[in-house]
Amino acid sequence: MRLGLLLVLLLTGCSQPQMYERENPPERLSAWQVVTIEDGQLVPRDRVVPYDLNMALFTDNAHKFRTVYVPQGQQATYQAEDALDFPVGSIISKTFYYPKDDNGKLGYHTDYSGDFGAKGLNLQRVKLIETRILVRHAEGWQALPYVWNDAQTEATLEWAGDIKPLTLTDAAGNQVAFSYVVPDANQCAGCHAPNHTDGAIKPIGVKARHINKAYLFLGGQDNQLVHWQQAGMLSNLPQDLALVPRNARFDSEDSLEHKARSYLDINCGHCHNPSGAADTSGLWLHQGQQDLRRLGRCKPPVAAGRGAGHGRFSIMPGEADKSIISYRMASTDPGEMMPELGRGTVDRDGLALINSWINAMPGDCSTPGH
Amino acid sequence: MRYPASHFIFATCASLLVGCSPSEQAKAPSEAAQAFEKQLIKQFVLAKPGDVITIPAGVHPISRSLSLTADNVTIRGEGMDKSVLSFKGQIAGAEGILVSGNNFIIEDLAIEDAKGDGIKINEAENVIIRRIRTEWTNGPDEKNGAYGIYPVQTRNTLIEGSVAIAASDAGIYVGQSHNVVVRNNRAEYNVAGIEIENTQGADVYDNLATHNTGGILVFNMPNLPQPGFGTRVYNNRIIANNTENFAPEGTAVASVPAGSGVVINSNDRVEIFNNHVEDNQTANVIISSYFSAGFYTTASTADAFDPYPEGIFIYDNQFIGGGDSPDLMELQALRVAAFGINGRLPDVLWDGYVNTDKLVDGQVPADARICVQNGAAQVVNVDGPNNYANVTTDMTVHQCALDKLPAIELDGAFFGGQ
Repeated sequence: MRLGLLLVLLLTGCSQPQMYERENPPERLSAWQVVTIEDGQLVPRDRVVPYDLNMALFTDNAHKFRTVYVPQGQQATYQAEDALDFPVGSIISKTFYYPKDDNGKLGYHTDYSGDFGAKGLNLQRVKLIETRILVRHAEGWQALPYVWNDAQTEATLEWAGDIKPLTLTDAAGNQVAFSYVVPDANQCAGCHAPNHTDGAIKPIGVKARHINKAYLFLGGQDNQLVHWQQAGMLSNLPQDLALVPRNARFDSEDSLEHKARSYLDINCGHCHNPSGAADTSGLWLHQGQQDLRRLGRCKPPVAAGRGAGHGRFSIMPGEADKSIISYRMASTDPGEMMPELGRGTVDRDGLALINSWINAMPGDCSTPGH
Repeated sequence: MRYPASHFIFATCASLLVGCSPSEQAKAPSEAAQAFEKQLIKQFVLAKPGDVITIPAGVHPISRSLSLTADNVTIRGEGMDKSVLSFKGQIAGAEGILVSGNNFIIEDLAIEDAKGDGIKINEAENVIIRRIRTEWTNGPDEKNGAYGIYPVQTRNTLIEGSVAIAASDAGIYVGQSHNVVVRNNRAEYNVAGIEIENTQGADVYDNLATHNTGGILVFNMPNLPQPGFGTRVYNNRIIANNTENFAPEGTAVASVPAGSGVVINSNDRVEIFNNHVEDNQTANVIISSYFSAGFYTTASTADAFDPYPEGIFIYDNQFIGGGDSPDLMELQALRVAAFGINGRLPDVLWDGYVNTDKLVDGQVPADARICVQNGAAQVVNVDGPNNYANVTTDMTVHQCALDKLPAIELDGAFFGGQ
């Protein structure tokens, strides 16, 4: 056993993730040595750990293969609210892909549980779109978009992002055609700078509440945070997991309230918070926000423009069809829709969730003020 | 209806021999145009302090918003009628150009037909926007983007020599900023020509606001990080802002009646002087509280919000015509009842709300009054609190003066001592 492990280490010793100067990132994704193609599968390299999230950001129903790497002998530090604090040299990757059926049609569904197979993504069954790298330099995080070639052999750094016309087919055979937009490197900051004043890039998904969930690792199912701690990648995790915040998932038994707030948190909260790019709106949607007006209840728009969609308030309790949040989620017009970036289609499940939540909300906004 | 700037666009197209009628632009751009766009995005992304990004003459179709985060960058075209970024075929991004870098300059180019805002500058210090044009080339339309030129949460901003046409909200909109100068611009066929909102310290002068729904607006909105005060509106020409309101229902400016010259809503310490205000058919000047803006409910507005316009000083303006055909039914009825079938509303229309908690011996405190020293110009108090029951033109409460506001200084090397 020990000999086998040693052999594995020897064979793969040179394939661990690599760092590059901030000013000089590699043109090819493979140079990072974070993910690689083996036996027709996209797999993480040594010490690169796959993970996923509770409620996740909607990106045109793209499925996402996420990995995290922390340099050997170092740890990320647990944070209850903010993103885990990662040491210099850490690399997070997120590969966007769509499941592909026998006829090569791309699927429109949200269940990715079968995608990973034994250890990675079967390239016969998926279409790879892009891989985003977040790398932690001494000066802070850097975000880099890599776009896959059609042969799915390599992805190339595209500072300017890209546009990919795609057609998805749902279970009923309905087709949705849209332009998948790979954001440019500055647009990464549109979401990944939760403090818009300092503009510093931060990871979004690697907050305790997003990753506090079970994951099917090669060695079996385990809570991700516990697994990271046991792998020596994470310090200061509370002993009692019940003390660790946890966002809801669509398929869970969590309350409608918890699901809706978790959805808004991961889809909106990185901009809609008191220091985010959308603090100009006075609408704050991050988890933990308690003031109902700040959350949008009976809150008039500020600069929504035609995104207001004839609604007077972000949330009209009991009336999703008169609520601006619902209108903007249902729109695919770049001048109206929210989020502003990252989708060209409507998140049907997310919209249904938020509409249910608003429709179940008691009270009204009509109390005359004067 | 013709929009003068469009002539220049067609001239530019003809000289370059590129097909760029509106319908053709909406189709897939040529390979050369796509390559230009990709290269331009790359320049924005990789920009370093000191860079000048040049936009050559021509109409350049752009399909995704251009996003700039670096400090000390200048974007420079060859003229607002020569270098045109056309977003008619835009598929992604909520604005044409989005900027968050400090010490930013943009000059001599046009931004046309953005799906959302023309240019948005979110949270930057030291900004110069000079001789640019933002336009929706189809003219007034609810489907146009909201704002043409849109700095928000900025410090030290100069907007000059620019043209803003056909925004479905405000042509030039300064929000939640400090220290702003807006001068020598032309705003036309927007819902709001120029709007200063929740901003502390703004000088708006030597502009032309015409054919908008409302010419120049000074507003405060609730639930925002800072209230606005201290705006001077002077030496402007504010003429015939009678375009039917085409703002989408639900937006703040949707409640602005067509025919509004200057509108002050909920803002404090505002000076309106030496303007030429002519033929704005609802009223040349409107002073109103948030209660009249169509949103106010106790549920909608944070307790800390001050909905009253206070400390307003109007003097030495030239008022000509106006008030003869107000947009709202109740104002039209009021005009006829109080001023006769051929009468006109006085130059200043006030909704009549005062903060009764602040009254001293039944009087508004001196520094919170609405003072008018403008020759024969009258104020009509339409008595909004009592549903127009007691309309008056009693000027005695307005015969007062307020301390004048200091001029806005944009200092330092960045502004070249301007």
